[in-house]
Amino acid sequence: MAYKYEAWEGFEAGTWTREINVRSFIRHNYTPYNGDEAFLAGPTQNTLDLWEQVSQLSKEEREHGGVLDMDTEIISTITSHGPGYLNKDKETIVGFQTDKPFKRALMPYGGIRMAEKACKDNGYTVDPKISEFFTVHRKTHNAGVFDVYTPEMRACRSSHIITGLPDAYGRGRIIGDYRRVALYGIERLIEDKMEQKETTRSAMYSKVIREREELSEQIRALQDLAKMAASYGFDIMKPAKNVKEAIQWLYFGYLGAIKEQNGAAMSLGRTSTFLDIYAERDLANGTFTESEIQEMVDHFIMKLRMVKFARTPEYNALFSGDPQWVTESIGGVAIDGRHMVTKMSYRYLHTLQNLGPAPEPNLTVLWSEHLPENFKRFCAKTSIESSSVQYENDDLMRFTHGDDYAIACCVSSMRLGKEMQFFGARANLAKCLLYAINGGVDEVSHKQVGPEFTPITSEYLDYDEVMKKYDAMMRWLAEVYVNTLNVIHYMHDKYCYEKLQMALHDKNVTRWFATGIAGLSVVADSLSAIKYAKVKVIRDETGLAVDYQVEGEFPKYGNDDDRVDEIATDIVHRFMEHVRKNHTYRDSIPTTSILTITSNVVYGKATGSTPDGRKRGEAFAPGANPMHRRDTHGAVASMASVAKLPFKDAQDGISNTFTIIPGALGKEDTIFAGDLEIDLDCCGDNCAATPTLFEGMDRE
Amino acid sequence: MHGNIHSIESFGTVDGPGLRFVVFMQGCPMRCKYCHNPDTWEAGKGNPMTAEEIISQFERNRAFYKNGGITVTGGEPLLQIDFMLELFRLCRERQIHTCIDTSGITYREGESAYNKKLDRLMGMTDLVMLDIKHIDPDAHRELTGHGNEGILAFAKYLARRNIPVWIRHVIVPGITDDVQEQQRLGRFIAHLPNVKALDVLPYHTMGVNKYEKLGIPYPLAGVEALPKQRAAEARGVILESMKAERMRMKQEAARG
Repeated sequence: MAYKYEAWEGFEAGTWTREINVRSFIRHNYTPYNGDEAFLAGPTQNTLDLWEQVSQLSKEEREHGGVLDMDTEIISTITSHGPGYLNKDKETIVGFQTDKPFKRALMPYGGIRMAEKACKDNGYTVDPKISEFFTVHRKTHNAGVFDVYTPEMRACRSSHIITGLPDAYGRGRIIGDYRRVALYGIERLIEDKMEQKETTRSAMYSKVIREREELSEQIRALQDLAKMAASYGFDIMKPAKNVKEAIQWLYFGYLGAIKEQNGAAMSLGRTSTFLDIYAERDLANGTFTESEIQEMVDHFIMKLRMVKFARTPEYNALFSGDPQWVTESIGGVAIDGRHMVTKMSYRYLHTLQNLGPAPEPNLTVLWSEHLPENFKRFCAKTSIESSSVQYENDDLMRFTHGDDYAIACCVSSMRLGKEMQFFGARANLAKCLLYAINGGVDEVSHKQVGPEFTPITSEYLDYDEVMKKYDAMMRWLAEVYVNTLNVIHYMHDKYCYEKLQMALHDKNVTRWFATGIAGLSVVADSLSAIKYAKVKVIRDETGLAVDYQVEGEFPKYGNDDDRVDEIATDIVHRFMEHVRKNHTYRDSIPTTSILTITSNVVYGKATGSTPDGRKRGEAFAPGANPMHRRDTHGAVASMASVAKLPFKDAQDGISNTFTIIPGALGKEDTIFAGDLEIDLDCCGDNCAATPTLFEGMDRE
Repeated sequence: MHGNIHSIESFGTVDGPGLRFVVFMQGCPMRCKYCHNPDTWEAGKGNPMTAEEIISQFERNRAFYKNGGITVTGGEPLLQIDFMLELFRLCRERQIHTCIDTSGITYREGESAYNKKLDRLMGMTDLVMLDIKHIDPDAHRELTGHGNEGILAFAKYLARRNIPVWIRHVIVPGITDDVQEQQRLGRFIAHLPNVKALDVLPYHTMGVNKYEKLGIPYPLAGVEALPKQRAAEARGVILESMKAERMRMKQEAARG
């Protein structure tokens, strides 16, 4: 059959040939791979040379205090900078955010003050003309938000009961379907967007006006993307013809996005199985060898490791480092029952061997019981060697998100090109509990932040009284929190719209309104202490409860004990119900997450002593983790507690950070090689978990 | 009836095949110098739990243990044999793989009510991990406070019953690192056809803190942890000696 594009020759037709539908393309064309890692190729000399160069730059960057170079004069856009290279002759995949590697771009649309501060804190000064422009003539997202904030919202923000809000920086968490660039080429994508624009409603309600304006922005972004690619010498108007072009086209799509947006998480999507289709075709045609393909993948991943943003020390403190969250989702299972592991899944993970371990890109395996055993073993081995692989439960997420979703940031799942989310940081539920006890007065600042409810005045806390007040306080918090986020996302859309990323989405996207919870285990243990032990309140001279004395034992979250685990479950459910009661911007669907992987330290710092015995300023546990050292029954019991949390009330994700020394996983590395969840493949005679069987000994 | 339980570890990966639910029993008559669980020594303490309670905790997360099972360790589990009988009876009913990690110290040869119970218990045991601390009776007494006659007799008893056994042996510098003693241990094991595996562990110092907390002087103060490699070498010595002994036995049998 003759296709519209020569580039599609050899592919099986499907819905994807008639409409923009990458999932259909994958479904019709991918080859599940059941073999082992023996086919993989090591790094080429060019790869080693380039990586050496990158390592050297990283070293210099560290020596310079974390930043090597910053742009202070050019406002970053898709087309703002000319091409940049490491070594043009050796790179198989090209493109940087600015005109040279390790130079951080200037992105003021989120907020000029943040951009200025990021420069200043690192010893640079933004061109005063740019500062003036974004202060006097062009409003930013940040300025818009603060025009609208109420005094209550400001108070909540500064007391950290709502915290980490994306009101001065890019919200991120949106994943463009970058695969579309490779599969369809810009021309076809623009055609599609034009058609969408032609078919909007004709009565000019504000919704329709906005839609038409956004579609125009999107089309312009696509045109710009083609220009940017052209500056590197590539014509991406037409579809990619081979795997090299496919990786390059796809990367250009992502590169355009990170030139435009300095988002809190700029994730890549789910690209490996898509790209494998091209690789298989090229291998069959003899276009490229395995070594050549691995080299392209190594260079691509190398680029993803070099994504940089200009950020302030405070931002880095909040996120414990300088993370980009270039998350790539690998594996998973298709709706038709076939697993989606391909050779490309192996090649991606193999970069951790070829280039060495690295936290970025955040390679995330969508884990399922049904993944092939060889791949499970390979993942386990790679994990043990690199400590750089993240795992997520595909068997759980597939139910709600199908088989073409990807993870944004660490746990937020969304269907590629069909769903986006409004990132909402977190509400501090531990502090909320203290507000319930203190009648809305902040235990650190002594200011009246929450509503002036009657405080608890008894010497010992009574569970029913606390719960009643806590529920009312959560209801208040959910309302002010959701409304704050409504303001933020309205302004982000208005002043810092993700035009390229949204150009790589369908016209009608589902929007998730992603709230978040911090301090869950502190709350669960506090309520458990109040219920099962005796908690004495220690008040200061003003009568404010500032500390607590726990008398007696109480069940602690993280030990598979229903008495307390049910409290945790109940809190998540209640909070989510309160969130749901509110209007959410742009018809978005409210969800919540329990995933403070890093910022738990900062949240803990801003929170007074809690009734579980945690002292003022002490860190919270990360995500949905039990509090440190309170889980005394081992990992299974600990994980069982976390697993009870209702996913339907926390659809944006529940994270459990689990650290273990390799030796505690068994006698040999291969003990991990069974199912991770966790049926270790043992008891058989070949099992390495048994300390070497004597089998065969007598035969010698 | 209740057992005195020291603690429970739901993610046991080094105490038997697969992922294991590990029950630490309270109380042990041995006073091994390198013991890293001195908090389990004193009998009669701990948290009283019924066998049903343990089984129900296991059952809640049974999916995790599909290739593993329950391991009872301690302390010395065979001190609480009545409780063990009850627990393993329930395990058998539910087809849960059972493993006992023991020093064998409670065993005495001959007819006794205790040995009858032991017979019944072994009938419900899938694997015994037998810790042979030292092959030499005097050195054993020096190391643990008890002779090893009963322990070695227990090993032979298990062989007669054909209960699968993994032998564990810890290499401690200056105590069990003598090559000749290791060879002697190998010769002993060679006569036990039911032994399925040999686990030779390097001495480590991770228990030191517990001694400090309990206010017990640490008997091996100053002894450094053994590098992993040396435990592997010792294992090689024991295995070689086992092989040689089995070869000798074969030739002897051939000669009639």
